[in-house]
Amino acid sequence: MTIHQNPTTPAFQDNTRVALKNANLQTAMRTARVGFTEKRLKAIGKVPEFDDLRAAAKALKDHTLGNLDLYLMAYEAKVIAAGGHVHWAETAEDARAIVLDICRKAGARTVNKGKTMISEECAINDHLSANGITPVETDLGEYIIQLRGEIPSHIIAPAVHVTVPEVADAFRKAHTHLPLDRDLSDNATLQLEARRVLRQKYFEAEVGITGANMLIAETGQSVIVTNEGNGDLSQSLPRVHIVMASLEKLVPTLDDASTVLRVLARSATGQEMSVYTTFSSGPRRAADPDGPQEYHVVLLDNGRTNMVATEFQDMLRCIRCGACMNHCPVYQAVGGHAYGWVYPGPMGAVLTPSLIGVEKGGQLPNASTFCGRCESVCPMQIPLPKMMRHWREKEFEKNLTPRATRYGLGLWAFAARRPRLYRAATGLAMAALRLLAGRRGRLAALPLAGGWTGTRDFPAPQGPTFMQQWAARR
Amino acid sequence: MPGPKVALFVTCLVDMFRPSVGFATVKLLEDAGCTVVVPPAQTCCGQPAWNSGDRETAKAIARDVIAAFEGYDYIVVPSGSCGGTMAQDYAAMFDAGDPWAGRAAAMGAKTHEIVSFLTDVLGVTAVPVALTARATYHDSCSGLRALGIKRQPRALLATVAGLSLTEMVEAEVCCGFGGTFCVKYPEVSTVMATDKVRNACDTGADLLLAGDLGCLMNMAGKARREGRTIAVRHVVEVLAGMTDTPAIAEGRP
Repeated sequence: MTIHQNPTTPAFQDNTRVALKNANLQTAMRTARVGFTEKRLKAIGKVPEFDDLRAAAKALKDHTLGNLDLYLMAYEAKVIAAGGHVHWAETAEDARAIVLDICRKAGARTVNKGKTMISEECAINDHLSANGITPVETDLGEYIIQLRGEIPSHIIAPAVHVTVPEVADAFRKAHTHLPLDRDLSDNATLQLEARRVLRQKYFEAEVGITGANMLIAETGQSVIVTNEGNGDLSQSLPRVHIVMASLEKLVPTLDDASTVLRVLARSATGQEMSVYTTFSSGPRRAADPDGPQEYHVVLLDNGRTNMVATEFQDMLRCIRCGACMNHCPVYQAVGGHAYGWVYPGPMGAVLTPSLIGVEKGGQLPNASTFCGRCESVCPMQIPLPKMMRHWREKEFEKNLTPRATRYGLGLWAFAARRPRLYRAATGLAMAALRLLAGRRGRLAALPLAGGWTGTRDFPAPQGPTFMQQWAARR
Repeated sequence: MPGPKVALFVTCLVDMFRPSVGFATVKLLEDAGCTVVVPPAQTCCGQPAWNSGDRETAKAIARDVIAAFEGYDYIVVPSGSCGGTMAQDYAAMFDAGDPWAGRAAAMGAKTHEIVSFLTDVLGVTAVPVALTARATYHDSCSGLRALGIKRQPRALLATVAGLSLTEMVEAEVCCGFGGTFCVKYPEVSTVMATDKVRNACDTGADLLLAGDLGCLMNMAGKARREGRTIAVRHVVEVLAGMTDTPAIAEGRP
């Protein structure tokens, strides 16, 4: 769990090796892989105007980001008018302090949580626990990883890396009041048990923390989408509701929110809509039969305003659907934990260096083939590969690119800019490779190319280079 | 009326490893009525520098390529990856006020990957060749997503007498090559290559085709290491009827 306090990703390379050898992880990732992509295709196939919706969603977010200050102020005014409180958190540390303070004032011993990635980013659970308050995750996936002491490996399916037998193990260890020999062999049984255990927790918590898929400036509402209804119970039963949201979650109007909703679930889980879409309008009003007495919004910046008006602004359009990671062959191969912090996959490869610095997060934007599948499925048309390349440029400018890479590039570039030298050098090199390969047409091992030849043969050159043959022919 | 004057950018990998792809490209262009020129000042398109974050080197190479190629009617490349770099990325490398930005955009507009050039620009609808084979086609990422190459190779392959095409699952998923990615992250790259080769072989095909030599060398290298018998070739070799050379990574008898 120390990964929270010290977010860092240089371990990515080693993490991938561990992940590829983890049989349970590989089983879980293989199972999830096909489902996500096929369901999305099916869902968007039923909406002929889907690409128009994407364009509209992109346009409305671009507009919002271009006028972020105005919309933030309008939003804040609406929340206050409804009797709520807005807390501006410049850093994760600020957010932790604000949340703890609210919880203490509420006399909280238990805090229920709907799923929120911002609370993961701020490591709220560790902070509450360290201060004697028990956080209880109520989203099934989050609950599972909380029991396992893990961080999410996916932004919408936090326990996608866990197999059914592993969940059963975690439940047997945690739910000691239940018979040890009970059957926990399938999804339905596990869900039922989690439901029963969590049910009781809803009535114990003094504070409920949720995230927000959107904040609406026009109305001051926060919006969450869930499939389990846990978010609704977490925010409406306790006396105090805290919404944790980053400031780019803002949309101008209810109509805009509906545009985003139309692309969100289809891109995420292949649903037309999530099962529950809940709009929170503030604390309980006099005539309301239920709802929290206090409503707090913690608005997190944590580096995001530094992205505005830079080459990374497009990333702030992200609505956290997870489509990029669901379609990323690298993510699919190694899972989310390899990325070392809360945001994995292509969106993490761009966002993480923005939030923790390219010095710590620089490995992530390098771990891509630039296949472009992420951008092709992104409902907000975020040019993810382009921004990963921007990070590589920042790395290169700051001299963070590994020395061997820089040296190799320099040598190659020197030759590539001198065609005659290049001709001579490649001609000689290819002749040498042909000699080494003999009649086999391939090489099983090659000095300095162990990364390739460790698992693949290296095809030998056919004959003299094209340019040599062309010169001879003409 | 004489056909267009086409400059061939053969790409560094084809130049070094598989000249037959270059000659197949020349044949297809000449058969379609083009006059083919091979500017001698070509080396590499600069993508390795561009993708490694070394923008200045990428720009320097782009300027060399633009100067050598901008005077022709068209620039044709037997690769969607290098083709994409030249057609799209060059223009993005230079600041808006830089005169090279305009030159890059102008050259980019007449730069094409070979198969889509045949179908979309020259209107070629069939190739007069025959090959008895059961093929499957891998959509290389840059060609597919940057240049929209998907139906073009399939349309022309459908006219090759004796050839049948069976689609593999996840044909549009990366093979794991990714330029320097394959040596920077060899383990992940290997998983991706393994999946790709298995998907290709599961179709029962005896011939795996694609339009980019980097992907092809990766897939062929993996297939050979696994002892698979599937032959791996660049799609233009089949379209030009030039399949007498050993397939990629296969030996001479």
